Amino acid sequence: MLEALQKIWGWLPALLESTAITLELTAASVTTAIFLGVFLALGKLSKKRVIRSLSSAYVFFFRGTPLLLQLFFIYYTVQKMLQGVAVSITDNPGLQGWFWDGFANALNNSPLNNRFFAAYFAFSLNIAAYLAEIIRAAIQSIPKGQMEAARSLGLTYGQGMRLIVIPQAYRRMVPPVCNEFVMVLKDTSLVSIISLMDLTYQTRQISTLRESQLVYIPAMLIYLVLSAFFTIIFNKIEKKLAEHE
Amino acid sequence: MVMVQTESLFKSFGALHVLQDINVTVQQGEVICIIGPSGAGKSTFLRSLNQLETIDSGKILIEEQLLLHRESNATVERASKEDYKRLLLQMGMVFQSFNLFLHKTVLQNITLAPIQVKKISKEQAEETARNLLDKVGLAEKADEYPSRLSGGQQQRVAIARALSMEPKIMLFDEPTSALDPELVGGVLAVMKQLASEGMTMLVVSHEMGFAREVADRVLFMADGIVAEDGPPEEIFTNPQNPRTRQFLNSVLPQ
Repeated sequence: MLEALQKIWGWLPALLESTAITLELTAASVTTAIFLGVFLALGKLSKKRVIRSLSSAYVFFFRGTPLLLQLFFIYYTVQKMLQGVAVSITDNPGLQGWFWDGFANALNNSPLNNRFFAAYFAFSLNIAAYLAEIIRAAIQSIPKGQMEAARSLGLTYGQGMRLIVIPQAYRRMVPPVCNEFVMVLKDTSLVSIISLMDLTYQTRQISTLRESQLVYIPAMLIYLVLSAFFTIIFNKIEKKLAEHE
Repeated sequence: MVMVQTESLFKSFGALHVLQDINVTVQQGEVICIIGPSGAGKSTFLRSLNQLETIDSGKILIEEQLLLHRESNATVERASKEDYKRLLLQMGMVFQSFNLFLHKTVLQNITLAPIQVKKISKEQAEETARNLLDKVGLAEKADEYPSRLSGGQQQRVAIARALSMEPKIMLFDEPTSALDPELVGGVLAVMKQLASEGMTMLVVSHEMGFAREVADRVLFMADGIVAEDGPPEEIFTNPQNPRTRQFLNSVLPQ
């Protein structure tokens, strides 16, 4: 027993180091997804049919396909496609010169070659689709009279959204968005499959190299502590925001 | 000067004809009360003036200038973009449900539009706002949030907010219908004061006392038409239209 604890203690620094990757990925993706999600939500509420259809199609696609496949698609397929374009530029005698060289170079060395960036990209796009629905529902929960009052005072639709509706909807978004954050925190374990050094990947490494299955216990505990920590923080934020209701 | 003029306004929601050929002319300084059973199109008429509702056809003139002319075949003629905006801003609106911005303080509610739309400095907007609050008797509530105010106080703030854009015409859409009876008086007092200062007002209301006392003209609407139009004493004591008589019998104490 004591031996087991000592083992776990010894793995902790490595586990915690990779926990940072998990946290960074979660925070970066959710933050980006909130911005994207607001635009998608406004798109879904747009009076223009084309914008509405495009936003709906986006949400439909990202919610209707597995996140893991989206990750593979961005990390493998898109990257290969970019490199393919780069090759065809280099091979084309008509496309020479510093501009095309630079362009091909950029495609070859796109940020998607970086595992973290590819994961960040895939997660942001995916979470945005889920957040779009949350944000749209929150915007629609604000009484119509708020926008009407804004319009009757001469504000444009955009100003009404930005200054009146979204700030009020924002309070109602906080609980579901926080929920989503905690979900994403755990979902990021998927990135271990493209060998990004997150907590799950590190855990598997330790378990294979050290031939020990004990390591899953501290790993799960770390996830659990993080979930609990963020849930508590978000509950506090929620209470604070509810004060003026 | 004619402040508001409508020519054959039509509007329907599906098969329901809410406005059928509304022709109304409002002179500067006139206070007009619009009464009638619910579903008569009173609110829709007010809302179509400041474009919260889109009319199906008709013509709207503000200060003798064309705001909008929509023909039944969907061709639209509008004032130029600038004029359109300017003419719309001649109208301020007060809603039945107040619609104060709940995440803003009373003062911010009143300064928001002048700062954002008229690009007035914050200091100047706040000074005007405090004067307006003083006028509606709520100077001490400047830093409260709307949720801390009674319905009557909220509605008075809403009036101050509408006045902050210095409109020449005020539209009141059942301003006291959502209020507890004891709070109605304060709101009506503010409206009376506005009327006495010469504001042009269109008021949809069930307050027959107010209509009788303050209005220059009363419009009785039923089923999307203006069934009767005249000075209050005539409408209330000697209504010509049987619909008006029937309505008044049901709302006035015998």
